[in-house]
Amino acid sequence: MRKQLMKGNEAVVKSAILAGCRGFYGYPITPASEIAEAAAEWMPRAGGVYVQAESEVAAINMLYGAAAAGVRAMTSSSGPGISLMQEGISYMAGAELPCVIADITRGGPGLGNIAAEQGDYHQVVKGGGHGNYRTIVLAPHSVQEMADMTALAFDLADRYRNPVVLLADGFIGQMMEPVAFPQAATAPHLPDWAVAGTAESRSNLIVSIHLDSDDLEKHERALEAKYKAAEQHEARAEEWCAADAEIVLVGYGIVGRILKAVTAEARAAGLKVGVLRPITLYPFPVVQFQRLAFGARVFLVVEMSNGQLLEDVKLALNGSRPVEFFSRVGGNVPSHQEVLALVHELARREGLTRAAAEQERMAHV
Amino acid sequence: MSEEKQAELAESAVLDGPAQPAPGGPAAEYEVAQGRAKAFYERFDRKEELQHQTHYCPGCGHGVVHKMLARAIDELGVQNRTIVVGPVGCAVFTYYYFDVGNVQAAHGRAPAVATAVKRAHPASVVISYQGDGDLSAIGSAEILHSANRGENITVIFVNNAVYSMTGGQAAPTTLLGQKTTTTPDGRNAASEGYPLHVCELLSTLKAPVYIERVGLGDNKQLAQSARAIKRALENQVRGLGFSLIEVLSPCPTIWKMTPVEAQHWVRDAMEKEFPLGVFCDRTKERLERMTAAPAEPKARPSLDELPRLLGVAEEELPEGNVGQIPQGQQVDVQVRIAGFGGQGVLLLGEVLAEAGLDAGLEVSWLPSYGPEMRSGTSNCHVRLSRQAIDSPLVAAPSVLVAMNEPSLRKFDRSVRTGGWVIYNGDAFPADCVRDGVMVLAAPFTRLADELGDKRAANMIMLGALLEIAGVLPQASIDAALRRLVKNPRWVELDERALGRGRELYRQSLVEV
Amino acid sequence: MSDAKQLEAKKDRGVLRIDEQECKGCGLCIEACPPRVIALSESLNHYGYRTAVYLGSGCTGCGICFMACPEPGAITVLRLVNAVPTLSAKNPERMGQPATASDSHPFRDSAAEKDGATQSGLKEAAACASN
Repeated sequence: MRKQLMKGNEAVVKSAILAGCRGFYGYPITPASEIAEAAAEWMPRAGGVYVQAESEVAAINMLYGAAAAGVRAMTSSSGPGISLMQEGISYMAGAELPCVIADITRGGPGLGNIAAEQGDYHQVVKGGGHGNYRTIVLAPHSVQEMADMTALAFDLADRYRNPVVLLADGFIGQMMEPVAFPQAATAPHLPDWAVAGTAESRSNLIVSIHLDSDDLEKHERALEAKYKAAEQHEARAEEWCAADAEIVLVGYGIVGRILKAVTAEARAAGLKVGVLRPITLYPFPVVQFQRLAFGARVFLVVEMSNGQLLEDVKLALNGSRPVEFFSRVGGNVPSHQEVLALVHELARREGLTRAAAEQERMAHV
Repeated sequence: MSEEKQAELAESAVLDGPAQPAPGGPAAEYEVAQGRAKAFYERFDRKEELQHQTHYCPGCGHGVVHKMLARAIDELGVQNRTIVVGPVGCAVFTYYYFDVGNVQAAHGRAPAVATAVKRAHPASVVISYQGDGDLSAIGSAEILHSANRGENITVIFVNNAVYSMTGGQAAPTTLLGQKTTTTPDGRNAASEGYPLHVCELLSTLKAPVYIERVGLGDNKQLAQSARAIKRALENQVRGLGFSLIEVLSPCPTIWKMTPVEAQHWVRDAMEKEFPLGVFCDRTKERLERMTAAPAEPKARPSLDELPRLLGVAEEELPEGNVGQIPQGQQVDVQVRIAGFGGQGVLLLGEVLAEAGLDAGLEVSWLPSYGPEMRSGTSNCHVRLSRQAIDSPLVAAPSVLVAMNEPSLRKFDRSVRTGGWVIYNGDAFPADCVRDGVMVLAAPFTRLADELGDKRAANMIMLGALLEIAGVLPQASIDAALRRLVKNPRWVELDERALGRGRELYRQSLVEV
Repeated sequence: MSDAKQLEAKKDRGVLRIDEQECKGCGLCIEACPPRVIALSESLNHYGYRTAVYLGSGCTGCGICFMACPEPGAITVLRLVNAVPTLSAKNPERMGQPATASDSHPFRDSAAEKDGATQSGLKEAAACASN
């Protein structure tokens, strides 16, 4: 399959259009603006709608309107903008509206900076908005995954009638890698629940209010059941050299890439190191963690945030294995040298170094 | 009341009514002249209880406005096409009543929601129904910008000068001196500002087609309200643009008045602060413009066309020059390119990556996304490899291209042993010299100047880099250059620059 | 119903039906009615409201009470059509035709206006509504 060099941010928009997305409602913010710019260029040409909203608040509510009208629609933003969108995300989850939100993260809190950080984990994975809801969160680590997971995000959003977040950082959004796209475009499809201004859809209603306590409880239980189903069917993770790993490195997005580089070097040094890279951050790939825990001595979580991913890893392992932690924040990236040093230290502590050396010696004999 | 019941009543009126018709003369008949609009549900099944009446308090203006709106929908024959976007406020339950498509929005956001609904379905008739807290306070940005974009929607703005649903707090439209639960001594301009005049504000914009303020204060006002609401809806049906009708409306419960007193207060007090009238009417000019130049329907490319249209159709991608790199040759080129903005750092990297892809390699190109961006410097990471690239971040480059001294000093320590530094400068700083790291230093900018444009310095450096890396076939470089540089004059210059760089590298070897 | 008997006697151009279960007794229709033919009931309805009642005669069918009423279907206004020669003489093209959608507009009934509705409020209303 022939590929072309493309930035992750552009791949998101082209993939979205091929997936039947015909609405983009956004507000500029670094480092997500390139997605909006690409959408402004391509969405109208594809017969879709592009609107630059007056704020992220308006943008997410336009998304609410587009989704209510039955259109596959998306927006993009970054930390501060996602904070502003939380109200609308809660409403969309409550009203069971599908949409795709690309969060190209930056440094924070507050205005922070525009460098890559992973501090949005809690606000998108745990739901920064109010009420009992979840968002499905996909974390691509390459341009090809930016394309593939955008399409997947629309499918999941429709399947679960729920917002789906594509969580990436400035690296994944701005870097260029070879990418291939599906050659058949998905036709936009009007769901039967949509309010479309037609006789057939006249009785349809999009709403998130349920005044009666029993009624609301029933609604929330139905949402829970959906989330349970998603947890059962949609959890995804990549295992990289992990089958026999004694030290399991855990990280998502750009960190996943760095951990693969670390693994290559650690393996060359005779250490049984592997990577478990969560692809869905919600639903969290708990089963994969529990499975790898059988053979692993220790897990090392590496993230560009203050232990946000770490919490989910600890919950998944439930105390069965020690979990170590390394992070860089503020826009700094964990270098593979510093992670590698930590891996060697862990290997020494766990007595894996001697085993590795022994193994190496035996191999030479 | 059901239609059947209405019909029954009408029939009974006829049967019990006038005497037998005179022979040959027309029969005396009573027919329903005013009854429940068809745009209302016959029974409000979405309500928990009391499904035969509204949830509004006795004398509330919302019911009256609802009836005017429903009547307008009936008269324009657009029930099937209509979508009401409901607000947060007392009118949150518009979907109990209107037998049309219904979308309930977050507080203040109805115009944003309506914007997207209308754009998704341009043939629909979209009504944003809002109260004064919803529209003029929390939703002030959304109403302003949807009006300014000239969205082809109809906004019904029910102003009762107070937050009613939440129990009577002050609104932006609360009158001076008016007591509310949050202005217990009456609204004071010194601390709470003045009543907000939405129609006056919005009528300063160029986009809206029709803005009028009406009231429910007496029969005359009622008549005008009904007329204005219908007109605002008709404007949308005709595709004229944004219309907003502000309705001064009674809230007897919160105002602590009888319904009749409240109605009088609309006329006697509210109208003094909020004068009635038309604030903007561009109906005629819009109609004329539309007649002169009808809007073209938007072209929608077919699904089959999309991959090509998006530039991702596989058959249109270049075949490349795959297979020219010898089978056994290891490839692991890790390059860091650094300089100031405008020195062509990113393009240099792009040409390298594009050429690598053309030659069938795995490649990655990553622009710097660190704090250094703030100082106007820019740098990028490029990797070319036979294998899938693990990390696109180049921590220990095999080649560093430094366009200037600050960039050199930032990254020179990271260059791996056996690696190269290509430096743009007259002399390589002595303290940057390291064992095991080779250096090619030259005044590349001046050399480029000699070639015809100093901006070609990056391509001279790329030429040297290509010689150092020694993997990429010339055909791939040429192809990459032509793909990325559109101007033929530049392609020619860049080709010469690349040649100059290759030559410079070879000369440096001779010198050594 | 005695309504019918009265209608027969006076041949009013209009008659009102009020759904006392939907009416909340706000009294706006009473205030709005030009010929003053609506009053509040003495008895309470199921929900404890005194409701509007038609006095039984004098309705001009102008429909203002309908639009003043906040409830969608509490008031139904019935109007006499094509029976009265004086009406049809003034409106010959309407003879024998049922009411149309636009006819049912409360303030568009030019017949009611021309036929000597004396309340100034009604006149104003009708004037500003006719377009």
